[in-house]
Amino acid sequence: MLEKKPVLFMLLATAAILVGTIITMAMPFLWVNTDADRIETVTPYTPIQQEGRDIYIREGCNNCHTQTVRPLVAEVLRYGDYSKSGEFVYDRPFLWGSRRTGPDLARLGGKYPDAWHYKHMESPRSMVPQTNMPDYPWLNDTALDPESIRNKMETLGFPYTEEQIKELNGKTEMDAMVAYLQKLGSDIPWRKVAETTIVGDLTNPFPGDASAIAAGKDVYSSNCAACHGDNLEGMIGPALTDMGMEDADLYQVIHSGIPDGGMPGFSNLGSTKLWQLVNFINAEK
Amino acid sequence: MENPSYNTDIVRSFVTWSLVWGLVAVLVGVIVSFQMINPDLNFGPYLTFGRLRPIHTNAGIYGWGVGTIFATFLYMVQRLCKQPLWSDKLAKFQLWFFNATIIASAVTLLLGYTTSKEYHEMEWPIDIMVVILWVVFAVNIIMTIINRKEEQMYISLWYMMAALIGVAILYLVNAAAVPASLFKSYSAYAGTNDANVHWWFGHNAVAMALTAPPLAMFYYFLPKSTGVPIYSHRLSIIAFWSLIFMYLWTGAHHLLWTPVPDWVQTLAMAFSIMLIAPSWGSVINGYLSMNGQWHQMKENYLVKFLILGITFYGLQTLQGPMQSIRSFSAFIHYTDWVPAHIHMGTMGWVSMISYACIYYLVTRISGRDLYSVPLANLHFWLALVGQLLWTVPLWVAGVLQAGMWNAMNEDGSLTYTFMETMVEMYPFWWARGIAGVIFMIGVLIFIYNIYMTVRKKESAPSTATAEGRA
Ligand code: HEC
Ligand code: HEC
Ligand code: HEM
Repeated sequence: MLEKKPVLFMLLATAAILVGTIITMAMPFLWVNTDADRIETVTPYTPIQQEGRDIYIREGCNNCHTQTVRPLVAEVLRYGDYSKSGEFVYDRPFLWGSRRTGPDLARLGGKYPDAWHYKHMESPRSMVPQTNMPDYPWLNDTALDPESIRNKMETLGFPYTEEQIKELNGKTEMDAMVAYLQKLGSDIPWRKVAETTIVGDLTNPFPGDASAIAAGKDVYSSNCAACHGDNLEGMIGPALTDMGMEDADLYQVIHSGIPDGGMPGFSNLGSTKLWQLVNFINAEK
Repeated sequence: MENPSYNTDIVRSFVTWSLVWGLVAVLVGVIVSFQMINPDLNFGPYLTFGRLRPIHTNAGIYGWGVGTIFATFLYMVQRLCKQPLWSDKLAKFQLWFFNATIIASAVTLLLGYTTSKEYHEMEWPIDIMVVILWVVFAVNIIMTIINRKEEQMYISLWYMMAALIGVAILYLVNAAAVPASLFKSYSAYAGTNDANVHWWFGHNAVAMALTAPPLAMFYYFLPKSTGVPIYSHRLSIIAFWSLIFMYLWTGAHHLLWTPVPDWVQTLAMAFSIMLIAPSWGSVINGYLSMNGQWHQMKENYLVKFLILGITFYGLQTLQGPMQSIRSFSAFIHYTDWVPAHIHMGTMGWVSMISYACIYYLVTRISGRDLYSVPLANLHFWLALVGQLLWTVPLWVAGVLQAGMWNAMNEDGSLTYTFMETMVEMYPFWWARGIAGVIFMIGVLIFIYNIYMTVRKKESAPSTATAEGRA
């Protein structure tokens, strides 16, 4: 019968389409971004951060980077605490992405010092030779436009101060990008919570072992060279030659990092690799 | 039988332009695949990977995909309704507005005006153009159907109408945004809600643009090519209703393990698995229609494209539900497995079907035999090999990278750094780049063949009764 009645047919087809739509697309609005998943410490973006976010969108960084950590063991180890709904209430649009050509950035904030980002954004390969991330040097060349950013904050309804708008003068798109990257995922104090304490006593399991030193060199190249230089000569981080640290102290620093100084913790490398590193660094004296 | 008052000029023009945009899509695809191998191929600020990739996907879906939908729907509706197009003027407007929209999209995306939402990157002024375009198209098709001379509406018309309605609803809801300036807007939804709305759109764009229309085309052009009717009308109707009902529940299978509410994810998972039934309803209907006709796989190049196309649709709709299972998604999500899934769909299913339709209707409209059947066969093999060399290595790559991401040492630490897993991808990306070039050569041969068919001067009027037989 329907085969002869196009209007009736289209009404029924619309109804068929709307059932699943209402239940799975419209109904979640009753729970999501309400008091049910609100997190007190999550704040809107400041003018410079929001502008950084808009530049991130403009450059299509989301085509290579995701921004959600799933509650899976290996993923939490690699990136940090898993993502919570309430952390995204100020994200218009969402930037979760669908492909990790590069690493997830949801917990990036505070991972590296600003200097690392400036250098990396300008030329990723100068720090990670085999990366395929494009260079973004031109972000240094464009000055921010405070009035258009004010307009954006008004559109979004985010709070801002005149001070914050004034501070935008003389800043570049690169400054905005770095400000945004440093905010990512740091509205909840997950780094504090995730700090692991070292259990057991710290004795070097392979003191002076040549194979451990060789292995440590490899671990160093892929994890540390970008900041401490290929030959430990220092760059973003200080030189690591002639430090005269005890093995156990050195282990402690690498394991837990120096969060306020811009030195990330490397507890997720595991104790074997950490000891290999200690032996490598202390052999370079 | 051909009614001379049917508007064939407009079909011809849409074919031409969908070929142009199809070539652009493949070309940009090849460029971005090499940018992933060598970042020196990025020429900032305009020609970087982040800006070009959306041009590739949008030229593919909206230029090639929708362009072909326009051409074939306008062709089919007149014949299935035994009624000339409702308005030739509107169709003419649609043609130029279509090209204006695609060009405006490409230019604005290059300039960095983007919403970042996959397959919906264009900013709000272009959204408005898309809406106008779709309304003009839908009105013309629907009015032609309402004025039809053939009382029964064939199954292809059902899929066409569903696609018209579906795309309209999806696009409008997902486009909701607050403009901050002419080329910058902020989504009306935030965070988790935005993600859920977006993938409701994203997955059903697959349903309403990359599934329903090619099915409409398949149901029409397969019988036309083979000369025998579809196996079961009833089966196609059952499959139709269950397909359009179930698809809309499944968007969150793109968001498994994310902060989207668990029950939404679970529903998506369940409905995705149920979707196997209606999807395979069409696949089986296609296969059974070939009963007693399998010899045509050898003799008729159109049948090759159509049957391989529906086969990849069948594989796609088994793989998709598998990816929708939480444990499997945990593994392959975010890896190259997923782009390989996409390209079996776009290169294997949508494009194969579209090629067959275009070969068929161009010979039909021009009243000529195809310029070269051997070249069409060559095109078939290049498209098939190009697609398989793209997808198979990238499935392997996805599993490899997923395995490395999850590998852990005995002391509970991760075995590999991110970069150690990423550099393993380079050989696979090379294979993909080469596959893209092979596929693109196929497209060039296809375009050449079509061009020579319509162009050649002393036209020998068509000899075969059912085109495609040679
Ligand atoms: C072609 C893909 C690609 C694009 C586009 C891309 N990146 Fe990357 N990105 C990578 C890869 C691969 C890495 C890992 C190696 C490295 O550090 O360069 C990376 C690393 C990073 C890191 C360091 C993450 C960490 O935890 O070590 C940041 C920050 C970053 N990218 C930001 C950006 C921003 C901002 C943009 C856009 C302006 C961008 N990326 C565009 C591929 C890409
Ligand atoms: C993102 C850049 C960065 C990376 C990567 C990095 N470091 Fe550091 N590192 C720093 C900075 C910055 C400091 C200085 C912190 C301070 O003193 O406040 C530092 C300090 C140190 C110190 C203490 C030096 C001293 O003289 O007190 C050691 C030891 C060290 N890093 C070892 C490593 C090792 C081993 C790795 C690789 C596993 C590594 N770092 C990776 C940035 C980095
Ligand atoms: C039963 C049918 C199908 C189901 C259940 C299904 C399921 C899925 C799932 C779960 C994903 C996400 C994978 C991930 O990110 O982990 C996906 C991605 C995708 N699928 Fe399918 N699929 C189906 C059929 C198709 C068809 C026929 C096409 C046609 C081309 C297609 C095109 C795509 C595209 C374009 C994406 C990529 C989305 C992105 O950018 O992440 N799918 N599919």
